Amino acid sequence: MNYVFSFSWLAEYYPVLLKGILITIELTVVGGLLGVALGTTCAWARALGPAWIKPPVSAYVELIRNTPFLIQLFFIFFGLPSLGVRLTELQAANLAMIVNLGAYSCEIIRAGIQATPRGQFEAGASLAMTPIQTFRYVVLVPALQRIWPALSSQVVIVMLGSAVVSQIAAEDLTFAANFIQSRSFRAFEAYFVSTVIYLVLAIVLRQIMAGVGGMLFARRSVR
Amino acid sequence: MIEFTLWDILRNLLLAARWTIVLSLVSFIGGGVVGAILLFMRIGGSSLLRAFTRYYVELFQGTPLLMQLFLAFFGLGLFGIDVPAWFAAGLALILWTAAFLTEIWRGCVESITRGQWEASASLGMGYVQQMRYVILPQALRVAIPPTVGFSVQVVKGTALTSIIGFVELSKAGTVVTNATFQPFIVYGLVALIYFALCWPLSKSSQILERKLNVAHRNH
Amino acid sequence: MSLIEITEVRKSFGPNEVLKGINIDVAPGEVIAVIGKSGSGKSTLLRCINGLETIDSGSISVAGAQLLPDEAHLKALRLKVGMIFQQFNLFPHLTAGGNVMLSQMVVKKTPKPEAEAVARRMLERVGLAQKFDAYPDELSGGQQQRVAIARALAMQPTALLCDEVTSALDPELVAEVLAVVRELAAEGMTLLMVTHEMKFARDVCSRVVFMHEGRVHEIGPPEDVFAKPGTPELKQFLGMQ
Ligand SMILES: Nc1ncnc2c1ncn2[C@@H]1O[C@H](COP(=O)(O)OP(=O)(O)OP(=O)(O)O)[C@@H](O)[C@H]1O
Ligand SMILES: [Mg+2]
Repeated sequence: MNYVFSFSWLAEYYPVLLKGILITIELTVVGGLLGVALGTTCAWARALGPAWIKPPVSAYVELIRNTPFLIQLFFIFFGLPSLGVRLTELQAANLAMIVNLGAYSCEIIRAGIQATPRGQFEAGASLAMTPIQTFRYVVLVPALQRIWPALSSQVVIVMLGSAVVSQIAAEDLTFAANFIQSRSFRAFEAYFVSTVIYLVLAIVLRQIMAGVGGMLFARRSVR
Repeated sequence: MIEFTLWDILRNLLLAARWTIVLSLVSFIGGGVVGAILLFMRIGGSSLLRAFTRYYVELFQGTPLLMQLFLAFFGLGLFGIDVPAWFAAGLALILWTAAFLTEIWRGCVESITRGQWEASASLGMGYVQQMRYVILPQALRVAIPPTVGFSVQVVKGTALTSIIGFVELSKAGTVVTNATFQPFIVYGLVALIYFALCWPLSKSSQILERKLNVAHRNH
Repeated sequence: MSLIEITEVRKSFGPNEVLKGINIDVAPGEVIAVIGKSGSGKSTLLRCINGLETIDSGSISVAGAQLLPDEAHLKALRLKVGMIFQQFNLFPHLTAGGNVMLSQMVVKKTPKPEAEAVARRMLERVGLAQKFDAYPDELSGGQQQRVAIARALAMQPTALLCDEVTSALDPELVAEVLAVVRELAAEGMTLLMVTHEMKFARDVCSRVVFMHEGRVHEIGPPEDVFAKPGTPELKQFLGMQ
C-alpha cells in the first residue's frame, strides 16, 4: 500500500463539515423531542387507551419497526408527493426521524408503563384522579425512569441512523462528507473524519441523555 | 416508454430480494461467529483482550453503519484491491453484527446470578467446566429471543448496502422507480417485502421471550 | 487431630476489615453453630473456608490440605468441603437428578451410570427419591434445599459448610430441611453452620461460636454459651438483658 493520507482539505472544507454537523444536531434534537412525545402518546394508547385506538397504533408501530429507515425516508420524500404532500429534504428527514423514533420509543415506554405495579393505578383511582391524571402524575415519570437507559440508546441509534438522510440530499454530516470526497477525491479521509465526528456526537449525546435523566428523575417535592 | 404492470414491478423487486436474504444470512452467520469469538475475549481472563473488545463494540455501536460501509468500501480500495460492493457490504455488516451480538450475549452471560458461579465452584468445577456445563447452557436460553430479535436489525441494515452500489431490494426499488415513475407504489411494495421478511422474525422473538418468561415464573 | 484448622485468618473488603484474626479448630464429627449479629462476618468466614473469598493473611487447612488460591489446590479443598447456600443455587436448567450428577461426572469423571446411582441414593437420603426428574422450579423451597444438600453429599465431602440454609424458607418448610441436617450430624458428618435457629443449635451442636465484629467473641458447648454467656454482647444478642 503506497497511499499517502492527506487531511489538507480540512482547511478548505471545514465550513461544509460544520454546517453538516449543525444539521445533524438539528435533526437529532427535533427528531428526539417530537419522536419521544409521539412515542409517549402511542405508548399510552397501546397500554391504557380505548380499544378502538389500539389496532391502528399497533399497525403503525409494527410497520415502522419491521422496515428499513431508508425505505421510510424514500417513501416519505419520493412517494408522498403522489398524494399531493410535497416536503423539502429537511422536512422529509425530520418527519422520517420523528415517525421512526415514535414507533421504537412507543414500545420502550410501553414496557415501562406495563411494569408499573397495579397498586399505583389503584392508588391514583382511589384518590379520585381520572385515568389520564393518574397516567400523567403517577405512572409516567417512574415508567420513563425505568426505561431511560433503553430510550437513551434508541435516541443515539436514531442519530446515527440519520446518516442516510444524505440520500435525499438533506445536507447533514454525511452529505458534507460525500460532497467533500467528490471535490477533493479524498474519500477515505473524508469518511474517516466524519466517522470520528459521529462517534464524538454519540458519546456527547449519551452524556446529555444521562444528564437529562438525572434532572428529570431527581427526587423532588410536588409543585 | 415501456408500460410496467404491477406484476412486473413486484417480480423485479422479489428477484432482488433474494440478495437481501443472502446478504442477511451471510452477515448474521458471519457476525455470529465473530461475535462468539469476541464474547470469549470480552468475558475472558486477559484484560488486554477485554479492553480491545470493549473499544471494538463502542466503535461499531457509536458510529453509523453507513460510515462503516463507506470506510470498508474505500478503505479496502486503498490497498489497491478493486473491491466489489458485495465484499465491502458483507465485511462491514459482519463486523457490525458481531459488535451488537457480542454485547447482547455478554448481557445474557452476566444475567446468570453469582450464586450459579459460586455453587459450581464449591462443587470443584474449574472455569471452563463452569462455563461449559452451568453458565453457557443457561445464558444460551436467555440469549435466543434477543438474538432472533436482532436478526431484524440485520435484514434492515442490508438496505444501506444499496448506497455503496450493492444491488438488493432497496437498490432495485430505486432502479424500478426511475423506470416507472411510480415511487409511491414501488417504495410501498419494497416496504411490504421488508415487512414480510422482518415481521415473522420479530414475532418469533416475542413469542420465544414470552415462553422463556413463563418457564421462569417460579424463580 | 483437627479436621479443619483456621489460624489467624484476616479478611478485608477495601478499608473494611471483616475478619480480624479468626482461630477455630474443628475436630472430625463436630457440629459447630456460628451465631452472631448481621454483618459480623459469619458468611465471609464460611466463604473463605470454601475458597470463594481469598484471605488476606492467616491459614486454613482441611484434613491437612492447605487452602491456596490456585485452581489445583482450590479443587482439592472443595472436594473435601461441600457448601450449602441460603439461596439453594440449584442449576435451573438441570433436573434434581442432573444437579446431583453433574459435578460427579465433570469434576470426578465418574461414569454416568455410577453417578446416576449415587444421585438416586443421595436424593433418597434427603427424602426426595421420587423427585429425580423434577426441575428446580417444580420443587418447593424446602425440597430445593434438600436437593442442594444431596448435590453436595454426592461429592463425598468430609465436611459441610451451611450458610443460613433455612433463612430463605417459609416457616413450615424449615423443619424438613433441619431434619436432614440433624440426620447428617447423627451420622457423624462434620458440620460448620451459620444459623439463626437457636433451639436447633442447642439440641444438635457440639460447640457454638459467637462472632462479634469480625472476631470469635465466645466459643464453647451450647450449655455454657446459651445458659451463662460471659460477655454483655452475647447477652444482648441472646436477648437476655
Ligand atoms: N463482596 C463484598 N464486598 C464488600 N463488602 C462485603 C462483601 N461481602 C461482605 N461484605 C461486608 O462484610 C461484612 C460482613 O458480611 P457477612 O456477609 O460476612 O456478614 P454476616 O455475618 O453473614 O451477616 P448476615 O447475618 O446478615 O448474613 C459486612 O459489613 C458486609 O457489608
Ligand atoms: Mg450471612
